[in-house]
Amino acid sequence: MFGYLVGRLAQAMVVIFAMSVIVFVGVYAIGNPIDVMIDPGATAEIRENLIRQYGLDQPLWRQYFTFVGNVFQGDLGRSMVYNISVTSLVFSRLPATLELVLVSVTIAAVIGIPAGLYAGYRPDSIGAKLIMALSVLGFSVPTFWIGMLLIMAFAVELGWLPSGGRGEVVEFLWFKTSLATANGWSHVIMPAINLSLFKMGLLIRLTRAGMVEAMGAEYVRFARAQGLPDRQIVFSHILRNISIPVITVFGLELGSTLAFAVVTETVFNWPGVGKLIIDSILQLDRPVMVSYLVMVVILFVLINLIVDLIYARLDPRVRLKGGS
Amino acid sequence: MEDTLTPRGNTAAVPAAPPIETRAMRLRNFWSDYRQSWVAIAALIVIVALLIGSFFAPYLVPQDPYDLAALDWLDAFLPPGSEGSGGYIHLLGTDNAGRDMLSAILYGLRTSFMIGISAGVLALGVGITVGLTAAYFGGRIEALLMRIVDLQLSMPAILLALVMVAMLGQGIPQIVFALVVAQYAYFARTTHGAASVERRKDYIEAARSTPLPTWRVMFKHLLPNVLPPLIVVATVQVASAISLEATLSFLGVGLPLTEPSLGSLISNGFKYIHAGRSWLSIYPGIFLMITVVAINLVGDQVRTVIDPRNSR
Repeated sequence: MFGYLVGRLAQAMVVIFAMSVIVFVGVYAIGNPIDVMIDPGATAEIRENLIRQYGLDQPLWRQYFTFVGNVFQGDLGRSMVYNISVTSLVFSRLPATLELVLVSVTIAAVIGIPAGLYAGYRPDSIGAKLIMALSVLGFSVPTFWIGMLLIMAFAVELGWLPSGGRGEVVEFLWFKTSLATANGWSHVIMPAINLSLFKMGLLIRLTRAGMVEAMGAEYVRFARAQGLPDRQIVFSHILRNISIPVITVFGLELGSTLAFAVVTETVFNWPGVGKLIIDSILQLDRPVMVSYLVMVVILFVLINLIVDLIYARLDPRVRLKGGS
Repeated sequence: MEDTLTPRGNTAAVPAAPPIETRAMRLRNFWSDYRQSWVAIAALIVIVALLIGSFFAPYLVPQDPYDLAALDWLDAFLPPGSEGSGGYIHLLGTDNAGRDMLSAILYGLRTSFMIGISAGVLALGVGITVGLTAAYFGGRIEALLMRIVDLQLSMPAILLALVMVAMLGQGIPQIVFALVVAQYAYFARTTHGAASVERRKDYIEAARSTPLPTWRVMFKHLLPNVLPPLIVVATVQVASAISLEATLSFLGVGLPLTEPSLGSLISNGFKYIHAGRSWLSIYPGIFLMITVVAINLVGDQVRTVIDPRNSR
């Protein structure tokens, strides 16, 4: 197990290094941020000073190593647009995104799991077919389009909910949250539903598949033969058995919710990290782009690593094959 | 894509298993299985109609939306069904530049189709090469290639595409490249899975013992036998390429409005939904949704038909 762990950790480091080089070189190959930052009428001297100040006169490899050295000291550079450090910029935006992800994941679970259970319990009923058709829509229709339809219906036509922004925020411990006031909730609910649809579709399908399989299993037939009511079979026997794979996949998908938040945040003008990365791409804010992308790569490599380690713990064949 | 080539009008399916199944017979069987679902037939008709409508758009619609000289600012924001200065009815209204929406949508659909199909075909090519190479050679090459593929699969496609677009900038070739990078891994995974099973069979051993060059064994002997599952993945990936491109354009990092795809049209219309001019975004959105859902439905049915568990 220890050898396997070291091997996987080394692999993860190599991947992070390779990706950071690719992202760095790729991002620095495009455009000249100085041209975006200063007005065209500025003197050549101001220009030169700025270029030197941001270290853009150095060769690319030296810029990369300066960047890596700073990262290890916890310094991700300064945003060229906001002129504050990237670390504080990202952390000021992070609570908004986490809040959105949290609410949407909850919605997906609260609606998706019961719907999936029902669709698996009565697979031939009209309700089950309707649920499955809706889950297909949740998968295949682009997120931003559903978000726009929600805005058109509930904000423009009916005027029930605000169309964007974060609304009233309340200071809570060390961050700001909009989950403390009714106004905040009215802002968060529509983007959260939008973000939850894809995950809800996935949960419905997973739960339904597990349910259909369980309904034919020996232990369910045995429980039936004992004369247990269906309610008790479903909730105390089947649910417990299918919850393990459902929770695993659900946990894995948390990372991708963060990625989808990019789209939802843009549609609803939600001031989170997803909106930040889109803005920084449009404004050529290199330090923010590089830091965000490298952070995301690290996050996904970590998730992969944890999953691999858990599987290796559970299944000896994996670590025997991979560790050699 | 084979289904469109299938000859129609053959009523009876062959009941008894024939000694040798010819290509034409396979296609005929495929079609008679495919048409079992009326939803799938409807979806196929919709796709064919949209393809024809978009590729022959210049002959079908009253206006060339790229031709700035044909646009009149006085026609801006006409609601659907009103008559413009050109003397014809704007069925779906006009946008902020006085562009006829129906014309813009069909031209945009053509761009979306071109991007989706070329990204799908290129990703298929790259994915097949990577997957076959990994399965055929095995060992370290396989471990390295599939590790990269697995890592990419664990990341959402939208994120990979966003990274690529951030690095490459805007434009059609850049978008196609970004989509190929984001999607080839699905093909590589599927090819590898099917090919590592086929690889161990006797006919490959036999082919390898002849002096045939390696690439010939890989692409002429191994590839045809791993193709069926790839067709399903390809259909679904074309749909997701179209929807990814639309998403990127909506986010403002895809195509500019001078080369409108459905995504950039929706993005442009989004600015005006608060002003009650919802037709600017809702019609391109409906076309996008119909296209993506129809392709997915066809893919679903193809999957059902070629699944060996469902064979008669």
